[in-house]
Amino acid sequence: MENLNGYLIVSAILFSIGTIGVLTRKNAIVIFMCIELMLNAVNLTFVALSRHLGNLDGQIFVFFIMTVAAAEAAVGLALIIAFFNNKETIDVDDINLMKW
Amino acid sequence: MDMITIPAVNFTPILPEIFLSVLAMFLLLMNVFSPNGKKTYLSYISFIGLAAAAVLVGSGWGAHVESFNGAVVLDNFATFFKIIFLLSAGLAVLISDQYMEREGCNHGELYPIILFTVVGMMLMASGTDLMTIFLGLEVMSVALYVLSGFNRANRKSNEAGIKYFLLGSFSTGFLLYGMALIYGATGTTRIAGIAAILGQMTLPSTNIMLVAGMLLMFTGFAFKVAAAPFHMWTPDVYEGAPTPMTAFMSTGPKAAAFAASLRLFLVALPTLQVEWSQLLWVLAVLTMTVGNITALRQDNIKRMLAYSSIAHAGYCLVGFAAGNGTGTSAILFYMLSYAFMNIGAFAIIILVAKKGEPNGTVMDLAGFGFKHPVLALAMTIFMFSLAGVPPTAGFIGKFYLFSGAVQQGYIWLAILGVLNSAASVYYYLRVIVYMYMKDPTEEFEWTKLTAPVALALVLAVAGTLILGIVPSFVLQYAQLAVSML
Repeated sequence: MENLNGYLIVSAILFSIGTIGVLTRKNAIVIFMCIELMLNAVNLTFVALSRHLGNLDGQIFVFFIMTVAAAEAAVGLALIIAFFNNKETIDVDDINLMKW
Repeated sequence: MDMITIPAVNFTPILPEIFLSVLAMFLLLMNVFSPNGKKTYLSYISFIGLAAAAVLVGSGWGAHVESFNGAVVLDNFATFFKIIFLLSAGLAVLISDQYMEREGCNHGELYPIILFTVVGMMLMASGTDLMTIFLGLEVMSVALYVLSGFNRANRKSNEAGIKYFLLGSFSTGFLLYGMALIYGATGTTRIAGIAAILGQMTLPSTNIMLVAGMLLMFTGFAFKVAAAPFHMWTPDVYEGAPTPMTAFMSTGPKAAAFAASLRLFLVALPTLQVEWSQLLWVLAVLTMTVGNITALRQDNIKRMLAYSSIAHAGYCLVGFAAGNGTGTSAILFYMLSYAFMNIGAFAIIILVAKKGEPNGTVMDLAGFGFKHPVLALAMTIFMFSLAGVPPTAGFIGKFYLFSGAVQQGYIWLAILGVLNSAASVYYYLRVIVYMYMKDPTEEFEWTKLTAPVALALVLAVAGTLILGIVPSFVLQYAQLAVSML
């Protein structure tokens, strides 16, 4: 493949956007979406590298990451709903019962 | 693109995992089809299942079988860790039933989820491919998110679940990106393959992709073992989660993260050992110090033990930084003894607390020594062991961790470790002082001691003392486990 670096740079940018989003956003669901963005940036890296190396391991890894992300989404959204039922908010600033 | 060949599959290395998965699914079904009411029998079945799995795992000692095209291995290292996981899960199951009954959230799903967690941890310990390790880690983590938020009606438990979920999957992102970059630098996800390719590389430490991958993976694992400065989630999650699950989370999954990272860093990345052992040096000192200093000013006993658990991860990182036979085998030994002493301490906390755990402070233990002398004696043993006082398991473990560091020439690291250990005596002894030297402020609302909890306590006390008085045979097993890595 001619332009591996292009793919790697795009995925690094996506990963950084996801990271910054996790650190700055306040809504739990938006934070979760940013985490998904990070995972998909990793997927892009894997696929690009797999194509570049001519080796299928990376693409198989992507299947597993997608499966795990789906499982995480199920559990994560359930936890967010349970929290909402008790507190009527999903703002992470309100997740403040425990402090040192 | 090379052709995909279907390899001959040998199922023996993952027999215990298959057994536990099937048992967990069976228990889920049983839970659905059984009439509403008592769920106690599920905890008995899970305990027996875990014991049977331990026998299965133990019978594999000494073998070295690779399977699934080199993605999974059965060796002594994996076997030793699997015994730790099964032990911590078994003890956690024993202390769960009564607590969950009291808190009104004794849902039958608890036990299958604990079993799935164990399956994930076991895959992490025996995974020899980045994919297997990742899958094991995620099976474990997703199940743990559920366990920490298990008490749905309790706000603290909700918060613990959300915090653990958000930060846990955030760290997974880093770990995965690290794995992707290492795959890019070496062209393989097999641990043995990575090691072979790095062995041929001249100056691997100048390969930016490889070093960045290592650093990202390092961050991911530092999150999982709760090493400072990636420890911020630990106290909140440990305080909010149901107490038996806190006991479980602080022992089994922490050991699993150590198992996977030991295998990755010692087997796949030994060519970068100079770099990562320096990082670990800094991380170990930070983790021990932050954990211990913050624990000094905690009144909430679960939070105090959470910070203490950060400090204990720091002690283990001392052995990891040393990276030699003594240091790494001491991690195995320490994780085993930590399972006994920490779950034991949490079992006592469960007995002392009232429904809903309104405060759960150290002061609640005032006068405990006179009301319940036997239980207070057990708590004293656990506290002494956590502080590292002979003749308990905690002392022997710390001794070997620090002597590993000294052998490798990290004298200062060992000195800082010992100083930290001395500081930690303050907050462990504080518990004992309250138990024996203060008068109770109010009448104990005492949770009755049931047979499973009593069995867990007996096992924990016996383990703590036996590992402390005659540690040599377990240490030999730990050394054998590490030598075949």
